[in-house]
Amino acid sequence: MKAEDLITKCNPTWCPGCGNFGIWGAFKNAAIEKDWNNKNSVLVAGIGCHGNFINFIKLTSFEGLHGRAIPVATGIKLANHRLNVFIFTGDGDCLGEGGNHLIHACRRNHDLTVIVHNNDFYSLTTGQISPTAPHGLKSKSTPFGNPDFPISPVTLALSAGATFVARGYSADIPKLKDLIIKANEHKGFSVIDVIQPCVTFNKEYDFKFFQENTYELKDHDVKNKEEAFKKSLENAQIPLGIFYQEERSSYEDSISQIKEKPLIEISNIRKNLDDLFRKFV
Amino acid sequence: MEESIYKIKIGGAAGQGIKYSGLILAKLVTRLGYNIYNYVEYPSLIRGGHNVVQVSISKNSVSAPSENSDFLIALNQDTLLKHQTELNNDSFIVFDSKEKVKLIKGKAIPVPLSKLANEAGGEILTNTVALGATIGLLSSDIELFKELIEEEFSDKDPKIRENNKKAAQLGFDYILKNHKDKIKTVLAKQETTQTKMVVDGTEAIGLGAIAAGVQFAAIYPMSPIANILHILSYYQERYGYIYKQPEDEISAINMAIGASFAGARAMVATSGGGFCLMTEGFGLSGMTETPLVIIEGMRPGPATGLPTWSGQGDLQFVLNAHQGDFARIVLAAGDGQEAFELTMEAFNLADKYQTPVVLLVDKNICEHSQSFPLFDISKYSLDKGKITTKLLTDYQRYKDEPDGISQRTIPGTGNFFIANSYEHDSYGFSTEETDEINKQMEKRMRKLKTLESEMPDPTLFGPCDADITLVSFGSNKGSILEALKLFNNVNFLHLTWLNPFPVKRVKEILEKSRYVIDVEANFTGQLANLIKGKTGFEIKDRFLKYDGRPFFKEDLVNKINEVLKK
Repeated sequence: MKAEDLITKCNPTWCPGCGNFGIWGAFKNAAIEKDWNNKNSVLVAGIGCHGNFINFIKLTSFEGLHGRAIPVATGIKLANHRLNVFIFTGDGDCLGEGGNHLIHACRRNHDLTVIVHNNDFYSLTTGQISPTAPHGLKSKSTPFGNPDFPISPVTLALSAGATFVARGYSADIPKLKDLIIKANEHKGFSVIDVIQPCVTFNKEYDFKFFQENTYELKDHDVKNKEEAFKKSLENAQIPLGIFYQEERSSYEDSISQIKEKPLIEISNIRKNLDDLFRKFV
Repeated sequence: MEESIYKIKIGGAAGQGIKYSGLILAKLVTRLGYNIYNYVEYPSLIRGGHNVVQVSISKNSVSAPSENSDFLIALNQDTLLKHQTELNNDSFIVFDSKEKVKLIKGKAIPVPLSKLANEAGGEILTNTVALGATIGLLSSDIELFKELIEEEFSDKDPKIRENNKKAAQLGFDYILKNHKDKIKTVLAKQETTQTKMVVDGTEAIGLGAIAAGVQFAAIYPMSPIANILHILSYYQERYGYIYKQPEDEISAINMAIGASFAGARAMVATSGGGFCLMTEGFGLSGMTETPLVIIEGMRPGPATGLPTWSGQGDLQFVLNAHQGDFARIVLAAGDGQEAFELTMEAFNLADKYQTPVVLLVDKNICEHSQSFPLFDISKYSLDKGKITTKLLTDYQRYKDEPDGISQRTIPGTGNFFIANSYEHDSYGFSTEETDEINKQMEKRMRKLKTLESEMPDPTLFGPCDADITLVSFGSNKGSILEALKLFNNVNFLHLTWLNPFPVKRVKEILEKSRYVIDVEANFTGQLANLIKGKTGFEIKDRFLKYDGRPFFKEDLVNKINEVLKK
């Protein structure tokens, strides 16, 4: 796999300087390094600026409805658990419209990787606050300041039972690439909250802000859930890296029907069901 | 048997095993060679409230409930008060001898039900004692009944089996000792060679899905379809498919779409309220051309409505749900047998036309058991449509084709494509180019034209030149067929294909008839409106019901007689 193998006829439509470019780059670098290709991988995206991603990378994908990427990915994984299934979603997509799906997917521990493009904003609809926007933030939908308090994707994923929880930063492509690879290698539900400044609508939280107010987690025990919670609540300086990782069998590992082979490879042709029908006699 | 259909009603409080008593009685008489139709009424409660089952039994066909009964098993006083008026003077009433009641109709058969139940092992066996007494009174087969108990409770504690058998025998013996003079020969064994099943619509749909090779089902519990998920979850390991309980109906349909995209035969099932939540996913299946089977079990009213009653008010909703236009196939079953067959058909249609297929049923079909010959799948072959796992050159998932159906593949095959909810080009890339937009919309909609040329004609029951024609869909079929037995100048047009719609044939039949009556269970006459829209034929006489109750045979007989008097 080479970089040119991933090129499509479409050029990115994101604003110049958009954080999505960094996530795109990091994911493509990871795909090249690990040879994620059309024989072994599939992408699922929601709707938002992030969702256009699927047009700019030559990997088979499903772009579904706003908020519903996680259940689509769950169905794909259950049907063919040998595929690497990556979910690209936004802060509005998976914490607003699709919040319920995120919570339940975390507790089920499907072997999926979720990349949350988090910019505090609904930018495709030209700049309203999202569920991750800080209290008081002004936007087109909150001209007098955001009256709500934000959800932390990291804290939420931890409390809902995700077994790999991390935060990346779109401007640090090499480290984000490593996180994506580790999340994929983790057997279970992985959530990466990716800080991704919106250069057009979020003037308050720009690249400069995140350059100055983030730090890499060091000497942090990723097996300690209590510590992970504490770190997830820090917001004066925002921690980056892996907060928590737990070894637990994935949902797909627990289903006896697919122990031997993926669901789609099990014959579903029924020649005679008289034994079954006779149970109703 | 004195009448051609003998009707036994069992009533009591929820939790007294009313529905179960009806089912085991139905299985007993079916094994003895009779046909049955079980009608269940209950409120949305788990314990308490009034529950009733009516077991209609016939040597010939029986497909609907009746307003009156020939035999009443009253497991509480409420039943005696509520249902006596439905009896005739010869009807038996089995009730606990401790109840103080003045009977206005029927023959009293007091039996110390709870005393005998306690003797056999506890109050919970009251229904079994009553069934034992019923078997005695109607000269049925107590040994076969005990065999049935043995089978039905085979996975339970042996003590439960023994207690139930003892309870049945005590009830049976009590009749022989105390009411010997009243015994009638009603349910004696018939000469028969045909093995018959007793299934309700949810079981038929579950079995149909297994027969069709369902690989993935995501179903959020909801009345009246919840039992479909019970069947599917129970057999999943044996037949190698997956049932997943999702967090909501939105998740259900999106999971199923994901599984189908990845190559699995996938289904969801819900009722009207759940389908409201699924609507956006419905269109997603259409837009991405991902096959999907949706079972919609109708109940009455908007919002929560009447959760445990039947209705047919979701027809226009299912036909029109979702923004924009896309190819949808809508079928409707009229009974368990049709539900079984149309479920199998729905999976083939979904794969062949790469689009969502809705199978409409209603509560009466879902929860009313009926006897049918053992289901036969020998004529069914699984048709996966245009799908390949081979690596293709310059693969275009949404390539324009004369029949509207493009070559499908699945992820993991090496082929690149995008299943895109945005309007897309032939590869799946998002597009806003007018040429591509038009081409894709026309391609998707053309699939219905292709299907129109292959769809079957609707069934016309009764003489084709009858003066009066009844038109209907869904569970009304059963009652209409019962009513038709009494008339020789009435026929019945039963519709199972609602989109695409059999315009030509319906128009022909209706225009030929002297008088047309539309029969449906909703307020606005949604089927009649559909027929008007599709054929231009206006049905003026609309016989509508929207109180959750079924059309009883008597309702239809009275209606037809009224028209004949005109």
